Amino acid sequence: MTNLAGTMRTDNSSPLVQWVWRIVIALSGVALLAMYFNVFDGYEITIVILSAITLIFLGQNWPQFRAHIVSVSLLSWFAVARYGTDLDLGERDFFLNYILSSQSAFMWMSALFVLATLTYFGGLLLRSEFTEKVATALTWSAATMGMVGLMVRWRESYLISHDVGHIPVSNLYEVFILFAVITALLYLFYERRYQTRSLGSFVLFVISAAVAFQLWYTFERHAHEIQPLVPALQSYWMKIHVPTNFVGYGAFSMAAMIGVAYLLKSWRQTRNPNGVMASALPDLAVMDDLMYKAIALGFAFFTVATILGALWAAEAWGGYWSWDPKETWALIVWLNYAAWLHMRMTKGWNGRPMAWWAIIGLFVTIFAFLGVNMFLSGLHSYGTL
Amino acid sequence: MSDAKHAYRKTLSQRIFHFLGSMDLAITLLLTLAIASIIGTVLQQNQPYTDYLLKFGPFWFDVFESAGLYDVYSALWFLAILTLLVSSTSVCVIRHTPAMLNDMRNLRTHVQEKSLKAMHHRAEWRSDKAVINLASDLESRMQQQGFRAKQTLIDDGILVSAMKGGLNRLGYIATHLAIIIICVGGLMDSNLPLKLAEWQGRLTIETRDLPTSQIPAESRLPVGPQAFRGSINIPEGRSSEVAFVGMRDGYLVQELPFKIKVNDFRIEHYATGQPKSFETDLVLVDDDLAQPIEQTISVNHPLFHKGYAIYQASFSDGGSALSLQAWPLTKAAGKETVEFETKVFESREMIWGDQSLKLEMLSFRPFNINPDPTDDEPDRIRNFGPSFGFKLRTKTGEALEYINYMLPVEKDGRSFYLSGVRTSPAEEFGYLYLPVDVAGGLDAFSQFLTELHTKEIVESIAHNMMLETLADLPNSTAELEQNLEQTLVILVAMFIDNGFQGVAEFIDTAVPENERDNLAPAYLGMLQEMLARIYFNSHDGFEIDNTDSEQLAFLQDAVSAIGSLPRYGSPVYLMLTDYEHVEASGLQIARSPGKPVVYLGCALLIAGVFILFYLPQRRFWLLVKAKSGVTTVLLTGMSNRNPREFDVFFEQQKQILQHGNGNS
Repeated sequence: MTNLAGTMRTDNSSPLVQWVWRIVIALSGVALLAMYFNVFDGYEITIVILSAITLIFLGQNWPQFRAHIVSVSLLSWFAVARYGTDLDLGERDFFLNYILSSQSAFMWMSALFVLATLTYFGGLLLRSEFTEKVATALTWSAATMGMVGLMVRWRESYLISHDVGHIPVSNLYEVFILFAVITALLYLFYERRYQTRSLGSFVLFVISAAVAFQLWYTFERHAHEIQPLVPALQSYWMKIHVPTNFVGYGAFSMAAMIGVAYLLKSWRQTRNPNGVMASALPDLAVMDDLMYKAIALGFAFFTVATILGALWAAEAWGGYWSWDPKETWALIVWLNYAAWLHMRMTKGWNGRPMAWWAIIGLFVTIFAFLGVNMFLSGLHSYGTL
Repeated sequence: MSDAKHAYRKTLSQRIFHFLGSMDLAITLLLTLAIASIIGTVLQQNQPYTDYLLKFGPFWFDVFESAGLYDVYSALWFLAILTLLVSSTSVCVIRHTPAMLNDMRNLRTHVQEKSLKAMHHRAEWRSDKAVINLASDLESRMQQQGFRAKQTLIDDGILVSAMKGGLNRLGYIATHLAIIIICVGGLMDSNLPLKLAEWQGRLTIETRDLPTSQIPAESRLPVGPQAFRGSINIPEGRSSEVAFVGMRDGYLVQELPFKIKVNDFRIEHYATGQPKSFETDLVLVDDDLAQPIEQTISVNHPLFHKGYAIYQASFSDGGSALSLQAWPLTKAAGKETVEFETKVFESREMIWGDQSLKLEMLSFRPFNINPDPTDDEPDRIRNFGPSFGFKLRTKTGEALEYINYMLPVEKDGRSFYLSGVRTSPAEEFGYLYLPVDVAGGLDAFSQFLTELHTKEIVESIAHNMMLETLADLPNSTAELEQNLEQTLVILVAMFIDNGFQGVAEFIDTAVPENERDNLAPAYLGMLQEMLARIYFNSHDGFEIDNTDSEQLAFLQDAVSAIGSLPRYGSPVYLMLTDYEHVEASGLQIARSPGKPVVYLGCALLIAGVFILFYLPQRRFWLLVKAKSGVTTVLLTGMSNRNPREFDVFFEQQKQILQHGNGNS
């Protein structure tokens, strides 16, 4: 097997494909705006336009992403059409009940993510490229089902009642799915770009852990029921603040898991340079670089998310900064990664200490994400366990 | 190295400057700030000081107070860390900006061939073009690729220097400048000037509960350009020209240049009962305006006026008028219900029997669609009807807090009025279940209780029961008769005074220990029998066996309610008969002149971060020389970011430059 791991792929899609993609997305955006022009406000129109630009940008040289978006659109559209205006069809209609109602889609997503993790792991141990490709395909389908579930849930919330309808990023249950999907997409991007399938089992592990929590949350706490929005969350800011934050969380998680792989490889290398882990994982330098890239991406998005949060707070709570526990922990996460980046960029630290630091960073991030809601009280009490 | 050697020659200020600008200090400060910030998230900030005192005890309360832990983020030591961070960042910016600006423009035309040859990214090729032509050609190709490029004549050829992404350096300046700007903006909005004024003695924090008009001038803040964040509760139909700024364990009064009137406060609900919106109809009267502003504000939709922002923050009762009915629970409280009027937040002395208590009305809610407050079915959400909370305070100052729900709750198919009691806010409520009779009221329960309190009834029933019990005994004596009758009366009295606990204590003292196991159940049986007889006395005479199970269940509920009355602690049960709901809207009023500054900093930060990470500074050099009639080209390049992407980029660039250049 030729080891391409770590080599950057730069193959661009053909100009024809690129243009078709751009036009299709642009037209979809225009159609959406035309359909809902009367109900959208200025902010929502801006959000649609920005989303379209993001999709064009991400998809023009990334065929799998294009397929993902098309599948999500078609499946969601199909599900919405099956529903019509009757929410109860979710339990009567075959397609909805078994595949496409948000609950079923999330179950499929969960199963596929766990399966993908195991397959990646098998591929790593067996050094089988084919198995790893299957794992990639499974991850794509899991992300697709997760995204479809979110889209359908969005619609379902409107079917409950018009005033209950809202984007499904409003509580801990919904953002866990968002987290799984976004982390998977981020990983898939880097996997394709740097041809590092052997990292899949590590990154997918954290997604599987999220899925496990998610399932516990569903069955033990019945958290999957769609709840109406409390007044504080009724804002367009939620649509951008929350997903932006989860790009940050996802990237930090990925960095930490690459850190784990890094430490594992550097440990095995000294023990048994020809062992499975030592030879199957990408070069240390590649992982070090990926770790940096993930943290840089996470940091950039986390900065934006925190600032968006401040803008929202200035509108909802009477001040852009209140030292609320969630805000403060966001600052702690931010300061931690700021220190990490300074170490790396100006002091030139790399390798094992930075890998350890990235892993510790994940725990700080998890506390900011979950711990604050579980243990501390404050204004951000939307996702209590 | 050379820094260390010359260090002793530096002046003190140079050393301080050097120390402040060091990366080690910067990283240490970032992490110190992160760790210090944790304190304020673990310890809830700006709570009433009495809560802290209860929590930590007097010793630690003082220690924590002097460390400023109740308001960490404006504690002096915390501000000192922030100030150090800002100074450190400023020094970094000052030190590096000139070099960075230079690096942004400088194409490095004086680079030596030797250093070019030492670079990692390198390529060489030959061409048959003349040096001058080729150099110009390469320069324009670089320019077409978006590079800034320049030719320099050197000894034996021409050096083409090119650069793209010089803005990357601007990313550095922008991010670091942004931090300074954000902190300065934050400082403009902080309460530091207030602390300074307090320290100088110009301001005094008011800790007493006074009417606004009586608050002394040294606790008032005049209208001005300063930042503040205050709050005010305005009942419907009332208005305010001030806001209260919370400071430590007290407050200051901030005067406003306008008057805010609350016309109406509304809560809308979803079909499930959860709140959907909180809205206030405001009228803002400002002498500078021809007409008052009338606007409805809600959460996420504040009103902005003259740099002031008015937010919907909370709501509370605005002094609802309540009509209450007191049902006596103790003998001393009498037999008749008493009706009276009161208002939320009103205190009044009540005399119930021999007890004088202060009734402090705390809260009122017209309806409660809540999860069950008791432990029975905590997950079930249902309507508990109107509720009101109050405290009953004795002369000595001890108080019990109560909450009464006015829609009977169902439990095991029977209905009860729910009333919670607790001794301190730190506790959960314990609940009293008062059984509701067939008519839907408390009359049956109250009647039963009255009979238990009536000596004659209890004695006559005890007498009858004694006669019936002893009728089968052949040789009963007068002493036995009297003993038994007395015991029956005492059992009932003990039960009323101290519940089953009291009965158990009575048995413990009256019965020798060796007989207790045998006799205790007998005593309890007698008590039950007595209670049943008293209850059915008022109903259907002595036909106990023939009564239906509903009556028996009611009796049992009534007995267990009476059994817990001693713990309930109130001589009366208060029932709501009528109310007029007045709400108060909780507004937050803020002025933050630093906001535009902070936002500018934020914009700069976002731009800077993305430039820094995603706009690499890439430099190329093309050394074109003539060597024995052949032109050679040495291409080298470097990037300060993303080395892996640069590998590919360098190859692409090489192809572009070589293409059509007479590559042999």
